[in-house]
Amino acid sequence: MTGRRILHLLLIAIVLVYPLLAADSPVYGRLGALVLLGAISASAWNIVGGYAGQVSVGHAVFFGIGAYASVTGFVHLGLPPIAGAPVGMLVSVLVAAVIGVPTLRLSGHYFSMATIAVGELVRVLSSTSDFLGGAQGLGGPAMPRSVFDLSFVSATPYYYIFLAVLVALLGLTHWIERGRMGFYLRAIKDSERAARSLGVSAGRYKLYAYMLSGAFTSLAGSLYLCMFGFVDPESGFGILLSVKIVVMAALGGAGQLFGPLVGALILVPLEELSNSYLGGQGAGLTFVVYGAIIVIIARFLPSGLLSLLERRKVVRRAD
Amino acid sequence: MTLVQVVVSGLLLGAIYALFSSGLTLIWGMMNVVNFAHGDFVMLGMYTAVVVWTALGGGPWASVPIAAIVIATLGIASYFLLVRHIMRGPMLAQILGTFGLALFLRYSAFNVFGASFRTLPDTLVGGSFVLGGIRFEGARVLAGGVGLLVTLALHFMLTRTAIGSRMLAVSEDATAAQLMGIRPQRMQALAWGLAGAATGIAGALIATFFYTSPTVGETLAIVAFVTVSLGGFGSVLGALIAGLLIGVVESVAAFEIGPVYKDVIVYALFVLVLWVRPQGLMGKQ
Repeated sequence: MTGRRILHLLLIAIVLVYPLLAADSPVYGRLGALVLLGAISASAWNIVGGYAGQVSVGHAVFFGIGAYASVTGFVHLGLPPIAGAPVGMLVSVLVAAVIGVPTLRLSGHYFSMATIAVGELVRVLSSTSDFLGGAQGLGGPAMPRSVFDLSFVSATPYYYIFLAVLVALLGLTHWIERGRMGFYLRAIKDSERAARSLGVSAGRYKLYAYMLSGAFTSLAGSLYLCMFGFVDPESGFGILLSVKIVVMAALGGAGQLFGPLVGALILVPLEELSNSYLGGQGAGLTFVVYGAIIVIIARFLPSGLLSLLERRKVVRRAD
Repeated sequence: MTLVQVVVSGLLLGAIYALFSSGLTLIWGMMNVVNFAHGDFVMLGMYTAVVVWTALGGGPWASVPIAAIVIATLGIASYFLLVRHIMRGPMLAQILGTFGLALFLRYSAFNVFGASFRTLPDTLVGGSFVLGGIRFEGARVLAGGVGLLVTLALHFMLTRTAIGSRMLAVSEDATAAQLMGIRPQRMQALAWGLAGAATGIAGALIATFFYTSPTVGETLAIVAFVTVSLGGFGSVLGALIAGLLIGVVESVAAFEIGPVYKDVIVYALFVLVLWVRPQGLMGKQ
């Protein structure tokens, strides 16, 4: 067991000092923050998509709400973007209730398709709204007015902010996982009918999970805006974003605490490094490889990469 | 432009929607597999038509059968190499696998053909003509007409022939079907082949009046998803009705309210139908 403990401490140490190791390279500095942001979005999705098994392919709705709440607060009221984060989370909870009450009654693929349709609906509507800047989108503060604008040249401050949010989110998820709600959600995922017959009010708990998940996805959107300072309908509400969130979680292992983080650790660097090293020209080829890797993982590890560890555990127990 | 004109062009558009959605609904209904690469299958069918035109100078008469064969082969290959292994897994594995396949195909096309839009000459399918005061574009009439025929043929094949019954038997209970002497894998591979052929035909026809680009599949896939869910998973007839409905609603909304809002109306209608009738128009509970 001591070997495992040393390994854990080593991992924690690497996570904490990573920005210092990558300080010389803007590419790698940015990469660390982006991995964490991806992990926050996918971990938030994991609550409803992984644990409760309700595969939402429209989580960009919440991401966009967070990003737009932050940017509109700045554009229309002159507030620092991060002030929009709690507003975005609150709006997301309300929107999750409005979307969730009708759609969560649908099962399996129908729910996924309904979330895609709602996502597209919101994306098209946002591109027609002058308040949201239409198809051109809106930009945050061009120059930081104070430290509250969270506008930094270096990626290091973002890294630690995102890390703190991720740790808080994973802590919350872990607490839910081990509590009553976690058992309810897993029961619903295995068989909603069985869960209902045992007295679990499935509808209510699915909705709780959806609202919580939406709120944290919205927070990820607000953080994204603080770092990038810009959002348009495609980057905020686009279906590609929704699918990427699902793919990150599924690749690592949906319904597992660290699954989304593992997925983000693989997919985000793959995408970012290929973009920065190969530029526009080579991007096509690297996405071919990116697609192929996803296909191969789906083919041989349908439950995600973390299932490899599970397999080892089972073997060890059998010994 | 009169309302009649708008409805007629909506119906033609809807028949094409039905055609490229029928492959998706077939696979969905038979195997309960969501194919996120479906739009990219259509895209490859479109490029097949572009290649047939630029390399061989062939019009739709050549490109439609060639695209049908090419995409059917692609469908069968996808089934044996990927789908067969992930279809029994969780739904997330299907999303993961077929989305990976989508990226793979999309960016392979990007590498081979470049990012620029390709269009076929307007005159390839005889320009346009006026009939009873309504203007028709040759390419759209051909695409809509073939769309209607192929979708109906697929529907009757599934519901009226022995091979169709065998396919439906596999979709209802693969084990029971196997005990009756039907080979499930062969039927499922056949479904992927048929779906691929229908999708290839759709792509080759769409290319005659729509621009072709590596990312065109993304837009088309969303239309296909909405059409299939609205019609009811697995119902080819449902896809036909839903396709026609969406085509008409889109055209009328664009004409009466404004082009920007046509998608809003379609998605809102879709969510509304799912709310009232979760199994879709023609789906079984």
